[in-house]
Amino acid sequence: MPVINVEDLTDLDKAKMEVTQLKIEVKLERAKVSKCCEEISEYIQSGADEDPLVKGIPEDKNPFKEKGGCVIC
Amino acid sequence: MGEMEQMKKEAEALKTQIEAARKAVHDTDMASAASGVAPAPRVQLKTRRNLKGHLAKIYAMHWSTDNRLMVSASQDGKLLIWDSHSGNKVNAVPLKSSWVMTCAYAPSGNLVASGGLDNMCTVYNLKTPVIKTVKELDAHTGYLSCARFLSDTEVLTASGDTTCALWDLETGKQKTVFLNHVGDCMCLSLSPDMNSFVSGACDSLAKLWDIRDGQCKQTFLGHTSDINAISFYPGGNAIITGSDDCTCKMYDLRADQELITYQDAALNSGVTSLALSMSGRLIFAGYDDFNCNIWDSLKGEKVGVLSGHDNRVSCTGVPPDGMCVCTGSWDSFLKIWN
Repeated sequence: MPVINVEDLTDLDKAKMEVTQLKIEVKLERAKVSKCCEEISEYIQSGADEDPLVKGIPEDKNPFKEKGGCVIC
Repeated sequence: MGEMEQMKKEAEALKTQIEAARKAVHDTDMASAASGVAPAPRVQLKTRRNLKGHLAKIYAMHWSTDNRLMVSASQDGKLLIWDSHSGNKVNAVPLKSSWVMTCAYAPSGNLVASGGLDNMCTVYNLKTPVIKTVKELDAHTGYLSCARFLSDTEVLTASGDTTCALWDLETGKQKTVFLNHVGDCMCLSLSPDMNSFVSGACDSLAKLWDIRDGQCKQTFLGHTSDINAISFYPGGNAIITGSDDCTCKMYDLRADQELITYQDAALNSGVTSLALSMSGRLIFAGYDDFNCNIWDSLKGEKVGVLSGHDNRVSCTGVPPDGMCVCTGSWDSFLKIWN
């Protein structure tokens, strides 16, 4: 891959790069926001039951529970 | 009309078209769509571990895939590998340059990487009897703000030279350079399927890239200042960004636009870092005001705060099993909460 020296890019180079990129992006097919929100919402809610930080972690299952009590040397 | 004038005109016309296309699919927003969803419970997490060991500001941390080990980087010139369960330090890696800005743990657990104002990404092997430098990835012409391993043979970097790059660890050379941002790249996040990644930059844009063909596929607008933190959603169809404009935003890749902004009139500190809980329901965002705020990602409401650091929260991370959240700070401590 040719080495791109970013410092050599002129303002015109950057402007051309922007237009090239916009021409790619203008062709995108966009899904309806309502559909996207629904899917994300479902995905998250289905995972929430397993999410330890949402549900809480029982003391005996918590690997980070505070250390304390007796120490056997 | 000069060529420059022509380019500017063309760019404006295309931007107007894209804006219209986004508007055409904008039939609701996340807050409205999620109005029927029960709010997330008020989240009150306790500090379970206070990891002391660094002697200066902590700039970055990253969990290992084993959910137990983590690496942190500080401008005291060290990487520390911690066993988060015991709170013990497992390894210390002295850095050639103390101006470190990022660190990363390879998925295999064999390697870690660091980088910063030296413009390089240095990769270390943790499994040799003495920790060895495996490679120095040297080609960026600006600081290294973020690095992530795809495997033991490939690393992705983001740089202040406005590019991101994919490196081959065997040759130490760049395989692909991702060029399209016009401001320093500050962060990156790999998609769950590893075929793409997103980057955030000081041009206030987030961009989606195809790792293999090097192309920028999408650009996400909306922030009004540097994007310091970015993360893919667990499902891979959305991303979260955190910015110096004091807000976080969720963007959907298929709608190609912002779904929700996480902001509060009382919050006027920049977002430095963010991490998602395992399901994506909670966003842990670190701020310049020393706190880490917890947001309900669907409702857009603040549901908790992690207070305890005495300086800026510079990094946050949730391990793959979602069992805790780690915050790292300029106060030189790392805290583990759940």
